[in-house]
Amino acid sequence: MTKVEQHIVLETKNLSVGYASKKEANIVAGSINIALQKGQLVGLVGANGIGKSTLLRTLTNVQKPLQGEIYINSKSILDYTSVELAKQLSLVLTEQIASKNLSVFELVALGRQPYTNWVGNLSQEDLVVIEKTLQQTNIDFLREKKCFELSDGQLQKVMIARALAQDTDLIILDEPTTHLDMYHKAYILKLLQKLAKETGKTILFSSHEIDLAIQLCDTMIVMSKNEVVSGTPCKLISKGTFNTLFPEDLIAFDEKTGSFRVRK
Amino acid sequence: MSIVLVICFFVNISLGSVSIPTKEIFKSLIGGIDNESWEYIIQNYRLPKAFTAILVGSGLGISGLLMQTLFRNPLAGPFVLGISSGASLGVALVILGSGIFGGVFASVLVSKWSVVVAASLGSFLVLLAVMIVSSKVRDTMAILIIGLMFGSITSAVVSVLSYFSSAEELQQYIFWGFGSLGNLSWHELFIFFLIYLVGILMAIASIKGLNTLLLGENYAKSLGLKLKQSRLIIIIATSLLAGTITAFAGPIAFIGLAIPHMTRQIFHTSNHKTLLPAVFLFGAIVMLICDCIAQLPTSDYTLPINAITSLVGAPVVIWLLVRKRKMFF
Repeated sequence: MTKVEQHIVLETKNLSVGYASKKEANIVAGSINIALQKGQLVGLVGANGIGKSTLLRTLTNVQKPLQGEIYINSKSILDYTSVELAKQLSLVLTEQIASKNLSVFELVALGRQPYTNWVGNLSQEDLVVIEKTLQQTNIDFLREKKCFELSDGQLQKVMIARALAQDTDLIILDEPTTHLDMYHKAYILKLLQKLAKETGKTILFSSHEIDLAIQLCDTMIVMSKNEVVSGTPCKLISKGTFNTLFPEDLIAFDEKTGSFRVRK
Repeated sequence: MSIVLVICFFVNISLGSVSIPTKEIFKSLIGGIDNESWEYIIQNYRLPKAFTAILVGSGLGISGLLMQTLFRNPLAGPFVLGISSGASLGVALVILGSGIFGGVFASVLVSKWSVVVAASLGSFLVLLAVMIVSSKVRDTMAILIIGLMFGSITSAVVSVLSYFSSAEELQQYIFWGFGSLGNLSWHELFIFFLIYLVGILMAIASIKGLNTLLLGENYAKSLGLKLKQSRLIIIIATSLLAGTITAFAGPIAFIGLAIPHMTRQIFHTSNHKTLLPAVFLFGAIVMLICDCIAQLPTSDYTLPINAITSLVGAPVVIWLLVRKRKMFF
């Protein structure tokens, strides 16, 4: 049993991310060594412009790492074919989907694409997975609605359901809580926590909701100017890592409440 | 809808400058008609014309659908990529340029086949240029704009050519520009059909990829779609369809843009498994109807088909823009 819990889904070795031009490499963040366990909810936090998106883009193979390697289930991300990778890693992005004329069911069903035949017909197994996903994310009652009829919170749930239907060991979400009100922010993150536990998938998300993330995540990755640190929220708090997140002139981290306070 | 298509097909055949009783038309199709000239008209003029209308309508509709999904832009169409303007340039060079480049070639060049070849070549070259550029540009919107730029370059060249050419040549070019469904022999229709078939098959093979593209390119990639490859197939399919249609029937406007929108409104779906056959049928039906109107039933005149399709298409575009708040694709 302990062996299962030790299963590492995503691992980076001495990873540097950034942008390479012809003349020079602009390293946004370097020496990133993280290992994410199966079934964990992982929060990635950091100030604006610190390179959260760059890191996520690199982890999802949208851009190439400047240095170091990324392993998903012990296999380098570069050795996967595109369809194979799609069975390991699913995404929820910040960008809007191109067509909102799709129904919720159709959108979630698109998550089954890596498994369907050349014309995209859904097999019995695909339908079972889709039904289960709709139940797990509590959007079964929305199934016939068109995407343009949904609220932001509902749409985000649908996008999570689509990623879930892709049935991958790792789900990566880029700022899933932006544009949402306080209740829905907590709701979405709580849902992610539940899904990680129930399905044994590793869920990595970036967020600015640091206090919520501290309460809900199994592991957190904190990006600050000089280093990228990961660990359980408790450990990071006692190490004082959150104090390094922002310049200290305006807000300070309060260890007792696990949240930031404005300096008076 | 297939039934409507069959009805339109027969209505289309039965209309023309020479009125032939409906009964006789059915007879001639089975092959037992007494009046030889009627039989000749139907078999060698009206039947190929009706088939051409079906190919043109469905082909343009489908290529418009492919472009709109690929570019995530409801206003995209085969014309926007510069494919049709490339064909126009090819034809303009042959018809208008023949006078400029010397009289020896003129008689050889200005035959029907040279027009077809020139149009195909023109659209293919513009497409090739767009494709070379698109391999360097990642953003699909940039490709769209580049296609538009190629379009304006070619139309500028056509303007310059027409400035230097004679009235007769200009007239010939303008007549080509009107578009025509009725000038194809069975032999030409066969070649047309073969190329068309390749384009359609490529479009069918792209159905899954097209549905994935509805999410946007980044999501499509994360679902394991080989983006560059499917983009290439979709663009080639479009150029085969739009290029040959323009070559054989002239630049027929608006069908490519309007049909996919009308179909989406009627079927309330964006799923290409439904849309593709629906656009096929709907495009063919609309084209047959347009051709019926162009015949001006019971009259000796035939209106240019391009004018009719624009008369149908332009109001649709305006209607779309007015309703923009509720336009989804």
